[in-house]
Amino acid sequence: MNDQTAIRTVGVCGAGGTMGSGIAIVAARAGFRTICFDTRPEALERAFQDTVAFFNKSVERGKMSREARDAALGAMSRTGELGALAECDLVIEAVFEDLAVKQALFRELDAICSPLAILASNTSTLSITEIAAASKRPERVVGMHFCLPAQLMKLIEISPGLLTSEETFRKVWAWAETAGQIPVKTQDKPGFILNALLVPFNNDAIRLVEAKVAEPADIDLAIKSALGYKMGPLELIDLVGLDTQLRLCEAFYPITLDPRAAAPPLLRRMVAAGLLGRKSGQGFYRYEGRAMFGSA
Amino acid sequence: MVPRYAILAGGESRSFPPGDPFLAAGVEPENAEVLVLLGGAPYRPDPAKAAILIELGTECLGVHTGEAAGEEGSNVLGFARWRNGDDPPSKLVELVRQPRTHETALAAARAVLEAAGLTVAVCADQAGRIVDRLLRPKLNAALRFLDEGLASAKDMDLTCRLGLGYPEGPIERVERGGLAHHYDVTRALFEVYGTAAYAPARRAVVAAQRRDRTRR
Ligand SMILES: NC(=O)c1ccc[n+]([C@@H]2O[C@H](COP(=O)([O-])OP(=O)(O)OC[C@H]3O[C@@H](n4cnc5c(N)ncnc54)[C@H](O)[C@@H]3O)[C@@H](O)[C@H]2O)c1
Repeated sequence: MNDQTAIRTVGVCGAGGTMGSGIAIVAARAGFRTICFDTRPEALERAFQDTVAFFNKSVERGKMSREARDAALGAMSRTGELGALAECDLVIEAVFEDLAVKQALFRELDAICSPLAILASNTSTLSITEIAAASKRPERVVGMHFCLPAQLMKLIEISPGLLTSEETFRKVWAWAETAGQIPVKTQDKPGFILNALLVPFNNDAIRLVEAKVAEPADIDLAIKSALGYKMGPLELIDLVGLDTQLRLCEAFYPITLDPRAAAPPLLRRMVAAGLLGRKSGQGFYRYEGRAMFGSA
Repeated sequence: MVPRYAILAGGESRSFPPGDPFLAAGVEPENAEVLVLLGGAPYRPDPAKAAILIELGTECLGVHTGEAAGEEGSNVLGFARWRNGDDPPSKLVELVRQPRTHETALAAARAVLEAAGLTVAVCADQAGRIVDRLLRPKLNAALRFLDEGLASAKDMDLTCRLGLGYPEGPIERVERGGLAHHYDVTRALFEVYGTAAYAPARRAVVAAQRRDRTRR
């Protein structure tokens, strides 16, 4: 590509975090110069060690050549200075899920980056249009919602905000395809597609437990057997954390007022009791080590 | 030991369509510990049997047994094999109990169904049981999202397959099962729960109206 505006250099903000480190892998693996930025140097360092280990595993599994690994690692750089993102054609942020934090970041990026650079947000719950409102280039701000773990999951939900230009949308779509990802287009609405379908569905499953319609194990078994899902909704909530499910409800319900998105009372009680799922050892199931009780 | 069962057939059964091996393995009613009533076969109490299973459509078991202020329950259970429209029935049987259902009847019913290679999930006698109660509101939401332009049908389905690992997305599932079938199921749910989540989505209403127009 010799297009003046082609994307060559990608910045990742929050690259020391769970999503940011995975997004940086996606970009570097596809041959883009990738600048990893995070405010916590130790997180950035740990993420880099994990990245090296991930690429080594990919080589071991025959998914990547040694040369490709070395090229990908060579394409990555780390920085604690936002100014280092000045040359980026595309900056993807995966910092804390907080409107004020993201808006402050976009305000700074606006001042640092070329006026042609595209700024993308990996937000799960916030509005792309609201984040874009903090920048002077809302036509060059777009949502790019990766899935966890980003280095393995192909899907990206791409959402134009109200003022995002067609050109910006086309460019990040093409970038996603070049990076080996599979983009889908969604409006800038709470939860985009995935969480808009999933969060209320999970709540409905919790309400079934609360209403004593069936035991968690029977609910999960029924859903997996009838619909062919790999995990039942209650196993899934235990995996992602009941506190995360509650946070998603708190983000969506006040905006959509969809009763299915409202946090079920049982969810609140369980979170208050510290029953957060796998990470706390008990949620809808009890866990000891990695074994699951009550799921038979 | 797996109890012997007898099939009492009314009309056609959605759980065990003609040719299903479960039908052939039944014995004469007088030799059976368990009675299986299919396709609306009339129910008569028989306390001598270990269990009586009544195949359910969208109705509750209480329609057949009567109810008693939360004290209902006997040797009678309801069941339905989950099925998406006219797709072949799935392996899942939802086994419906009442508050005072005899545990021995539940065990006998489970044994008969599991011996037939089916997966049994036990649930209370609520409209939609487990799967339709959870799935139908989601399909309604996906149909509404489609109308509202959130995303194309293809992208919604792709998102669910890639992002959640589902074998198929909501739009392809509801269309394969039939939008008119979805209408029938959600209308029954809506009658009981009365909330918007269960109200048949516009596209399902349209499909049902077209079906009824061609029937006339
Ligand atoms: N975890 C998921 O499953 C998931 C999935 C999709 C999208 N997301 C979204 O991705 C984003 C990040 O989530 P996460 O789970 O990776 O969080 P995380 O806490 O693991 O990572 C956030 C990182 O951002 C860094 N950071 C915070 N403020 C910063 C700033 N101003 N500048 C630079 N770096 C900063 C932190 O040091 C941290 O390393 C959120 O918007 C979240 O909603 C998360």
